Amino acid sequence: MFNGLVLGALLALISSGLTIIYGTLGVLNLAHGAMFMIGGYAGYLTFTATGSFLLAILGGALFVMVLGIVMERVIIRHFYGRPHEDQILVTFGLSIVFVEAIRFSFGSLSYSVPPPPWATGVTSLGFMLYPTYRLVVVGIVAVALLALYLVLYRTRLGMIVRAGIEDSVMVDSLGINVFRVFMVVFGIGAMAAGFAGIVNAPVVSLTPDMGEMILVQTFVVVVIGGVGSFPGAILGGLIAGQILSITSMINPGYAYVMLFAAMTLVLLIRPRGLMGLRSRD
Amino acid sequence: MVANRRTFLGQSLAVGAGIGGISAGGWGALGLVSPAWAKDEPPIGTWPAGSQGSSVFIGITVPRTGTYAVQGEDELKGYQLAVEHINAGHPLIKAISPKTTKGVLGKEVKYGVADDGAKPNQAVQNISRFISENKAVLMTGGTSSAVAVALNKLAQREKVLCVVGISGSNDTTGKDCVRYSVRECFYGQTAAAGIGPVLLKAFGKGKKAAYLTPDYTYGHTVQKSMSDFLNKEGGWTTVTNQVSPLGAPDYSSFLLNIANSGADIFLNINWGHDAVLSIQQAKQFGVLDKQKLVVPYQVPFLAREVGGNLLEGVYAATDFWWTLEDKYPLAKQFVAEFEKKYGYKPEWGANACYMQFAMWANAVETAGTFYPPAVIKVYESGAKIQSTVGEVHFRPEDHQLVRPVIIVRGKKAADMKGKEDYWEVLEVLPGEPLMQKPDAFGCKLGDYT
Repeated sequence: MFNGLVLGALLALISSGLTIIYGTLGVLNLAHGAMFMIGGYAGYLTFTATGSFLLAILGGALFVMVLGIVMERVIIRHFYGRPHEDQILVTFGLSIVFVEAIRFSFGSLSYSVPPPPWATGVTSLGFMLYPTYRLVVVGIVAVALLALYLVLYRTRLGMIVRAGIEDSVMVDSLGINVFRVFMVVFGIGAMAAGFAGIVNAPVVSLTPDMGEMILVQTFVVVVIGGVGSFPGAILGGLIAGQILSITSMINPGYAYVMLFAAMTLVLLIRPRGLMGLRSRD
Repeated sequence: MVANRRTFLGQSLAVGAGIGGISAGGWGALGLVSPAWAKDEPPIGTWPAGSQGSSVFIGITVPRTGTYAVQGEDELKGYQLAVEHINAGHPLIKAISPKTTKGVLGKEVKYGVADDGAKPNQAVQNISRFISENKAVLMTGGTSSAVAVALNKLAQREKVLCVVGISGSNDTTGKDCVRYSVRECFYGQTAAAGIGPVLLKAFGKGKKAAYLTPDYTYGHTVQKSMSDFLNKEGGWTTVTNQVSPLGAPDYSSFLLNIANSGADIFLNINWGHDAVLSIQQAKQFGVLDKQKLVVPYQVPFLAREVGGNLLEGVYAATDFWWTLEDKYPLAKQFVAEFEKKYGYKPEWGANACYMQFAMWANAVETAGTFYPPAVIKVYESGAKIQSTVGEVHFRPEDHQLVRPVIIVRGKKAADMKGKEDYWEVLEVLPGEPLMQKPDAFGCKLGDYT
């Protein structure tokens, strides 16, 4: 149950990044898993340089945000008007480039970031022992999601983003520079993945391939929750986390089968996902 | 020139033999009649096409991506160093293969490398290409036993020799053994048989043991032989056996059960990145603080990757550790050569792969031909071979190398001389008494031709 909560919280955070990018920009970012991975490595570098876990989180998240913005400005921007297949291909290509670049510079040997000293060890929950850091992860992610919520629902920028999801032409004609907003959204979405990457680093060690598996799970989460829906991503993340961890306890081989079965069920009953918005098309 | 009867006779004989040779060759190519010079050696696999030029080709498939990528790169370095040494006629190769001059039977060794990500399908595809396009006379691959077993089958079908790299499963020279393949590293079961008595000596009798077992043949066989031995000989009890999937991203649910099991000893049978991750997470769950960790079969790079001195005091069985250089002169040479070229101490995967190529060179040189059945018979002669772990030989019945098992213990940080001095070699156990009978795992080698 707790394992599911930890995994679910992380998935919720990564998925919300993916979903706001898709919802606003209409671009399905297949490099999102690579962003998660790079966040971990950037955080690892910051950690080895400074020895501070908090700075590592900051370094990982900010680096990926900058990377996301650069990626949007240089490449993604030219693909808004092009068919979905092109967008998928270019982001998929980017993800390969990122993974191989990391493999080239760091090798395949895994790296680990120790949790901060105050969060090492185990905590007794009365009925069982549980690693302290994993409990902390739930807290950190909750704070991050709250921050994301506040940005999206309580700021002018968030209002524009949500309006952009509904009708980007109208937003544009109101004299708002949609492209600048797009850039910021892409940065924030990428940052969510990078942040999750470094927060997760003390739980699992870093390898260049770590993003691929999480990308698949993230897609399922987004589909379950409803494509483009921020609350849907959170709900979907928590559900997927529970499915994966509960099935793992009974028979790990079926964890993915159950996950996809759940996704199929949701698609059959609610094709737009649990909290899906009306399609923009 | 004055023609006399003697020279005339000689010339006509030579011409006659020449014509005979050509016609026999022509018929041989048509597959109707074997040429005179190869009466007992009809074409088979890539022979003789693969060894007719000035060079021979070896097909190498290793994982360069995925869970076993680290071990794959190390294997590759072992292979590359061996090829370099074979072609140069290096003294180290000459010590293992005394008849070697330069190359193999005077032919330069070339090779191609392909990445299989430890996936058997990909490995078979890679090697099939090397066989059809490059007429490879030798194939190799491993790290995952699934790959090794798949290559075994390919080798037997294509009649091209195979020397497997890292492979710990009992199946490789057990139920999936083939005539065309040989294995250098010992199997998981042998490791377990070697480390069992050491554990009883170190921890005493009547202990409670928790196992973390990867869910495939290798894991199950090692777990069973470990617990059978410890429970019977030492009166240990198995309090839990947690079976985890291969490549699990998270071991928390299994480790929770182990943490709450009240065991004294935690035996982790996982391999590759799985071993690294499960040990790191065991630390997070506090398992390592309460229970003594044992790794029955040490994966290369374990200590480097796990980090944080988590392996201090941990017992493990392994094929090779570089400090064996104090005991074996060839190990000293190998470690020195490897470190000079690659800048780090070789792990056991590199050693296994280097030895496999060196022993293949030895077998071909001894046979005096690349004709596979003749080479196989050299392997099966059981002749002694000098190696980096002393004198070794192959068992003719299952093509498994009889070689020592090395028992190591993780050093304390304070005792480490240099940053790669992770393990202390406790014992070098002769392999023969620890090995199962050749037919214990149902090995049937199959045909030579």
